[in-house]
Amino acid sequence: MNETVSNGKFGQSVKRVEDARLITGRGRFVDDLVFLGQTYAAFVRSPYAHAAIAGIDLASAQDMPGVIRIFTGRELADAGLPPLPSGWNLSSTDGTPARVGLHHALAVDAIRFVGEPVALVIAETRDQARDAADAVLVEYQELPTVVDLAAAIADGAPQLHDGIAQNRAFEWEIGSSAEVEAAFAAATRRVTLNLRNNRLIPNAIEPRAINVQWSAFDQAMTIHLTHQNPIGMRGFFAFMLGLPSENNLRVVSPDVGGGFGSKAPAYAEEFAVAFAAKMLDRPVKWTAERSESFLTDAHGRDHLTTAELAMDDDGRFLGLRVHTLANLGAYISTSNALVVSYMYATMLSGQYAIPAIHARVEGVYTNTCPVDAYRGAGRPEAAYLIERLANLAAREIGVDQAEIRRRNFIRQFPYQTPLIYCYDSGDYEGCLDAALGLADYAGFGARKAESQARGKLRGIGLSAYVEACGIGPSKLLASLGGGGAMWESCEIRVQPGGSIEVLTGAHNHGQGHQTVYAQIVSERFGVPMNSINVVQGDTDRIQAGTGTYGSRASVGLSAAVHSCDKIVAKGRAIVAHMLEVDLADVVFADGIYSSAASNRTVAFVEMAQAAHGAASFPTDQIEPGLVATSFFDPPNFTYPAGVHVCEVEIDPETGVVEVVAFNAADDFGNVANPLIVEGQVHGGVTQGIAQALWENALYDPDNAQLMTASYMDYGMPRADSLPEFGLCFWPSPTPVNPLGMKGCGEAGAIGAPPAVINAVCDALGMDHIDMPASSEKIWQLCRARENS
Amino acid sequence: MGMSRIELRVNGRDVEVEADGRTLLTHALRDHLRLTGTHIGCDTSQCGACTVHVDGKAVKSCTMLAVQAAGCDILTIEGLASGRELHPMQAAFNDFHGLQCGFCTPGMIMMAVDIVNRHGRPDEATVRAELEGNLCRCTGYHNIIKAVCAGAERMGEMA
Repeated sequence: MNETVSNGKFGQSVKRVEDARLITGRGRFVDDLVFLGQTYAAFVRSPYAHAAIAGIDLASAQDMPGVIRIFTGRELADAGLPPLPSGWNLSSTDGTPARVGLHHALAVDAIRFVGEPVALVIAETRDQARDAADAVLVEYQELPTVVDLAAAIADGAPQLHDGIAQNRAFEWEIGSSAEVEAAFAAATRRVTLNLRNNRLIPNAIEPRAINVQWSAFDQAMTIHLTHQNPIGMRGFFAFMLGLPSENNLRVVSPDVGGGFGSKAPAYAEEFAVAFAAKMLDRPVKWTAERSESFLTDAHGRDHLTTAELAMDDDGRFLGLRVHTLANLGAYISTSNALVVSYMYATMLSGQYAIPAIHARVEGVYTNTCPVDAYRGAGRPEAAYLIERLANLAAREIGVDQAEIRRRNFIRQFPYQTPLIYCYDSGDYEGCLDAALGLADYAGFGARKAESQARGKLRGIGLSAYVEACGIGPSKLLASLGGGGAMWESCEIRVQPGGSIEVLTGAHNHGQGHQTVYAQIVSERFGVPMNSINVVQGDTDRIQAGTGTYGSRASVGLSAAVHSCDKIVAKGRAIVAHMLEVDLADVVFADGIYSSAASNRTVAFVEMAQAAHGAASFPTDQIEPGLVATSFFDPPNFTYPAGVHVCEVEIDPETGVVEVVAFNAADDFGNVANPLIVEGQVHGGVTQGIAQALWENALYDPDNAQLMTASYMDYGMPRADSLPEFGLCFWPSPTPVNPLGMKGCGEAGAIGAPPAVINAVCDALGMDHIDMPASSEKIWQLCRARENS
Repeated sequence: MGMSRIELRVNGRDVEVEADGRTLLTHALRDHLRLTGTHIGCDTSQCGACTVHVDGKAVKSCTMLAVQAAGCDILTIEGLASGRELHPMQAAFNDFHGLQCGFCTPGMIMMAVDIVNRHGRPDEATVRAELEGNLCRCTGYHNIIKAVCAGAERMGEMA
């Protein structure tokens, strides 16, 4: 790991500095922490998906060894714990606000999904808490359940929330329906697609965990929390706990074992634990068991969509009409109103110049776990839809799947879509050619023939995705209903000895921030990487920030660049005095200040010493010290794009789909660290392949029990089920931030599912198959074909 | 559920643990010995994050009661490096970016060392098959496979 003693450089594959603690077992995850007087929490969870709570009998549980106290939902509500807040205020098209079903941290009188917490047991040990939770007797009156989206909005469907007819939370639309009607009237060809975007369970390998310390004497709380956005959560906790100010509350998210969106919401369990700790005046820790993660970590996707694409005879796209039922689950999770609307439908233009688009989204409650952002959050659903339609269009017109895309690509940037977004930059056809080259698209026919000779069906599928990252500007988001700004901050503190602290409000849970921030600051200051310490995830140390999700490293890194610029500029003013030359003559390069007017030079570290010494410049003109803070509010989103090519081989005897090759050419703009970025793509593509082939959160349609609630039942991707990936970058740097970076974290999960399904449909010579294209489904299909 | 006094050897040190009959080895390591590098990612012995070596063989420490480990020689991730000198498999995970969030990593590395102990220099297909019981949600396994193959080479050179 000697690289860290040298200087970092933007664009280099620098090995990660955060690895040292993680490969030696010295990481610090929330469940690793134990505090003086520690107590442990366990939840009593409903075995039913829809029920009224007729009574709770705590008597026998309360007498069990080690039990300190048991809380019910009624007790917490009476003590002042409010229902969970929303992070996004969406209105229906008619202007009425979304109909929000109240979500209590512990159910007060009704259960709406299986696993919903009913009571909270606090005990001296984890096992004692668990034992007592099993002894709590809850009397339920079962109610009819609904899982299916279409059934949930039908007349007579079971109602989840009082006063919310047909379980519809909102009916939202975007685009011009009149223009789309006109486009369809003028079109000569059209394709129609009905699809389901399957529900996924995020499955970060570290389960959710929280450890709350309360000091009644000074009315202060410290919360250690597995979270992607500890600073944002401080505001939520302060509100929920009724603390007089955020100053009384410290939230720390130390090492966090994966997020993928599932550690971004404000969760019921965490609020209940924090509230209990405040009432008990002892630290309370809760760590989810995996089965709790399956049941209650916010799920992803779950759309039922009908779409029609209008074309001319050459396959040029003229209009797109989309109607989506979005499954919200039992409650609207923190950001989900945003995810199913502006994060989804705005992306429906894809990489194509489609003059008219209209989309209508209905948010629907069902007796299932709440849904929220999961890697890609709305954008994968849009890319899947448009990329499946593109292949249907190719079949309808009778052209190759690459050709239909060439005919419709956007070629001029910036490009204003009909749906709010203005794409910043791109070279979609260049990316396509790069990907086709990587995949040896031209040689596919020979490979297919070879497979055929072995009795196998081979298919190839493309997807040309575009997404929106680096979310901002804040003003636009506020106008759309956003509950929080989307800038990022970065403070840089240079100590007298030259050591540097970089404090960011972004949160690293696998993305390699500790390395990339250090790389960028090291290059800007011309100092070794090991002189830089990146600090994150602690509200006592970081002033402000918005966390990590939505591939927004470019926003935080841009703030870092601006703080570097301020430090360098202050250094020039100091050095002008040190060298007794004009400020305009001082230049800074490779860590050295110099001036044509002097023989002397000043290294960055000497300047830092002088800044703190405050003896070589007039302190009435230049303040001592060397600290700079910047907030970067991006002027626009960035729009990463790429082309993914998947090749599959299907065994018609077993129905098993093998991904034999996966190649991708991605435009992430400038790439700070290719080693890290490639790793992000590997992980994203894997989640995308898994959605297409294996993963599916399945609720029993009769009683809304989660049938895929363990690693024995849920189709996680494993090492033996994946190919080696072929990647290349095809960068069109973005003009919207100083680094030209676009973001890469979610691209794989967005691009891969349609590429896989397009390949499966190509192999089977069919229009559409819903995800996951499981071996069972394909086996049935092959048998039906044999018999027909 | 009486308490038992269990003597075992962990990372080269003789230790005693006083634990319930139902205490799992993984909890004994984490809660009693405060060796928190061994992680818990599931409750069905599927994820492999808790993999340690028991008498030289990889074991998911959630599949074993602490009392069953009495008298055994346990190696955890904390004991793998020699002082500040990383084990070649640890170094390979860093060199090949075989980890992102790092939560599955201790189990991955302990399993990887076991694979090399049994297979010498395994090919990629063998590594993929052998790692089937260790889940990673971040890396897509691509760089883990590269790291294990490289780690095997280095372990072979040192042997």
